[in-house]
Amino acid sequence: MAAKKLNIKDKYRLLTRDLDWEFSYQDHKKAFPFEEFEGIKITDWSKWEDPFRLTMDAYWKYQAEKERKLYAIFDAFAQNNGQLNISDPRYVNALKVFLTGVSPLEYQAFQGFAHTGRQFGGVGARVACQMQSIDELRHVQTQVHAMSHYNKFFDGLQDWSHMHDRVWYLSVPKSFFNDARAAGPFEFMVAIGFSFEYVLTNLLFVPFMSGAAYNGDMATVTFGFSAQSDEARHMTLGLEVIKFLLEQHEDNVPIVQKWIDKWFWRGTRLLTIVSMMMDYMLPNKVMSWKEAWEVYFEEAGGALFKDLARYGIRMPKHADLIAKEKEHVSHQAWWIFYTHGHAAGFHTWIPTDEELDWLSEKYPDTFDKYYRPRWELAKEMEAKGERFYTKALPQLCTTCQIPMGFTEMDNPTQISYRESIYKDERYHFCSDGCKEIFDEEPEKYVQSWLPVHQIFQGNCGGPDVEDVLRDYYRMNVGADNLDIKGSPDEERWKKWKGVA
Amino acid sequence: MSKVYIALQDNDESRYIVEAIEDDNAEATVIHMPAMIRIEAENFLTVRRETVEEKMGRDWDVQELHINLITLGGNVDEDDEQLTLTWNE
Amino acid sequence: MSIEIKTATLEPVRNTYANVERRFGDKPATRYQEATYDLQSEANFHYRPLWQPDLELNDPRRTAIVMQDWYAFKDPRQFYYGAYVQQRAKMQEVAESNYAFFEKRDLARFISDEVRADIIRYLVPLRHVEHTANLNNMYGTAYGFGTAITQALLFNGMDRLGMAQYLSRIGLILDGNSGDALVDAKQQWMEADIWQGLRALCEETLVTEDWFEVMVAQNLVLDALLTDLVYRQFDNKLNEQGAQDIGMLTEFMQLWNKDTSRWMDAVLKTAVAESDENRALLAQWIETWRGKAAEALAPLAEAMLGAEALAEALELLDKRIAKAGIK
Repeated sequence: MAAKKLNIKDKYRLLTRDLDWEFSYQDHKKAFPFEEFEGIKITDWSKWEDPFRLTMDAYWKYQAEKERKLYAIFDAFAQNNGQLNISDPRYVNALKVFLTGVSPLEYQAFQGFAHTGRQFGGVGARVACQMQSIDELRHVQTQVHAMSHYNKFFDGLQDWSHMHDRVWYLSVPKSFFNDARAAGPFEFMVAIGFSFEYVLTNLLFVPFMSGAAYNGDMATVTFGFSAQSDEARHMTLGLEVIKFLLEQHEDNVPIVQKWIDKWFWRGTRLLTIVSMMMDYMLPNKVMSWKEAWEVYFEEAGGALFKDLARYGIRMPKHADLIAKEKEHVSHQAWWIFYTHGHAAGFHTWIPTDEELDWLSEKYPDTFDKYYRPRWELAKEMEAKGERFYTKALPQLCTTCQIPMGFTEMDNPTQISYRESIYKDERYHFCSDGCKEIFDEEPEKYVQSWLPVHQIFQGNCGGPDVEDVLRDYYRMNVGADNLDIKGSPDEERWKKWKGVA
Repeated sequence: MSKVYIALQDNDESRYIVEAIEDDNAEATVIHMPAMIRIEAENFLTVRRETVEEKMGRDWDVQELHINLITLGGNVDEDDEQLTLTWNE
Repeated sequence: MSIEIKTATLEPVRNTYANVERRFGDKPATRYQEATYDLQSEANFHYRPLWQPDLELNDPRRTAIVMQDWYAFKDPRQFYYGAYVQQRAKMQEVAESNYAFFEKRDLARFISDEVRADIIRYLVPLRHVEHTANLNNMYGTAYGFGTAITQALLFNGMDRLGMAQYLSRIGLILDGNSGDALVDAKQQWMEADIWQGLRALCEETLVTEDWFEVMVAQNLVLDALLTDLVYRQFDNKLNEQGAQDIGMLTEFMQLWNKDTSRWMDAVLKTAVAESDENRALLAQWIETWRGKAAEALAPLAEAMLGAEALAEALELLDKRIAKAGIK
């Protein structure tokens, strides 16, 4: 019998789509119990469109090829001491932020997509989530392996997962993903699959990884771009999920819009950390945060929301404010870390004169006016041997958990404070966006494990900050923290390079 | 008008794919960046199996694109013959 | 210029990550160790899940099994993602060339109509069992504790999807890509008496709450029995009936079962060695699910192979249970 040739769509449908069945012996809802409580209405899972139709055999084949290439480079990098080729030892501090702040998010994504990959009632959507789950596991593991060699030669990478669960600024990324995973499965998909993957991870991986290449870091650029090759699938899944939810029932539209508003705000706050990596932590610069934001958020995101307008979806709330913030956030964030550099697990520094000039050029409307004077003052103090560290522990926003250092956008010298009272307790926020998120679900956000509160309550050892850093965070105080100047990292680098 | 885009790792295989894309999408702009090549176009961009095979001189499966893919923007439609990116206006 | 660097100045400051060093000492670590131990968050969760507010996001209390250290479940295969996909890609390559050869030479034409009907009746419906196994392993991935076991469960879950797809392809090879064999096989699954016990059991595993129990029911009890019945005994029967070439299409599953039982046996042994409470609990679960499975599979085994078949399979299962120190 001459077999008819199957095209990829038919083949995928036959191989995958009708694997599940109508239950006869148990209540189907008991097997998939979390589909209804968020109010999302799914009338027909079979309308799900599989964007890539990857079968497992193809998955193994292509992913193994990617892994072979990637690990060949990791081996070569380690064997040839590739860390000597980076532009400047300051660069490695961006990797420290990445491993302690971002890699654990990949892990949480693996867990979150395993949850949706088990819980969704439609087999097509489930399988897509499962593939993303295993991809995310790939990402955390390849990142740990890429950094493994750096860890042998630089401080601050060694206890990344312990730090992620405890250190004050790392609660920003951790709580972001905890928030998404603690939500229902559909909100998780809008939060991570759509808002985070579709628009925001591009900002993390594409320009930053290009930056890694530009700073001679072969290991990172290789894992970064290799991870991104999976990301293209994930982005498409995120977009398909949104379209599917919007097409299933009109009642889903306002729910989805509310989640988009929440998660774009939460996402832009999270990306503050990437903004400072781009503008301050890459010694050789590819593009400014502002430029990256314009390409990957305003242009790409703008096109996306124009496309979604046909479903009645509009731009995320506060998009106008976000547009103004691109001029400020990286400077405000690096200043927070510079002044709290004694309590950070990586090194901080004053930008060089050339870098200050670059920032002036890239941010003509704001840098000279608001930020350059601070750095000039810091330089003077440092020259007098009085490198500035603030004594106080920062107050944190209850929602995003970033120290209150952001300003009003129409008055960039005025710190922005908001507050809410819930059950007689007062809660503080950095912005309207964060306050609104809290007000929508106060019973969720009052649970926030706010690191500074926890320190004050004595839950992190102490009594002094240094005790907390050493015993609770397990930092090597004096090696992992403080200014790059005089650090063991810098000393070793000079020795390797034969400079005094 | 909105831009759809695709970015590929800058390597030998990608060069053939980029050539094919340029042939099939007269309006596309190719931008070379550190370690990556970004191609963008207004509303529509297609990668066709046949053209890539011609450039490479061998059989090529559309799914192989994913090995060198860094990112993309637009609604995706992929089958045995092509991958297309579009925005609806 | 790296040539001028004295090797002495390039001594590493440390050999591995601090968490790995705490476990194994200050020496170079394997990729498996660095990619596995302590990856999962264990402290300071921010919010209780809306979908299970009595527990933390990551919580060891989602099973009644108690472990001092959940990373005791070392995978004897030492699979992290890269090692896993590369291993499966090798198996896939062989499978692909087998399937291609089978199709190109049209080996299906040597199979009698009767045997062909048997394959559609007994082998192809197992795609739905593999699908159940996919969900059951994803369940452990999502709600289990510690990367050592959750990553292995994820790999297992994806394997099961892959095998569901291979079984579907066997159907497509037999029906000339019309999909009729898959429809027939599904009808068997939904309606034929011999399958209903197994289908009811699959549905029951999908509503069972304790993830460790689900893992034992699926990956030990059901898999051990089905592997022996289908991939050994039924395979022998096909050989005798001149359909030995089907073995080319199930070779992946045979290899896979060997690989996976090694892992599953290690998991059981570790859980048993931890405490008497664990052993008692496992013994109870295994007895329950062994009983249910024996009952569910009896009509299928008898129709497919004859009266003695199930007893043989049960004997092999009992040996594995005994070897793990459970009885």
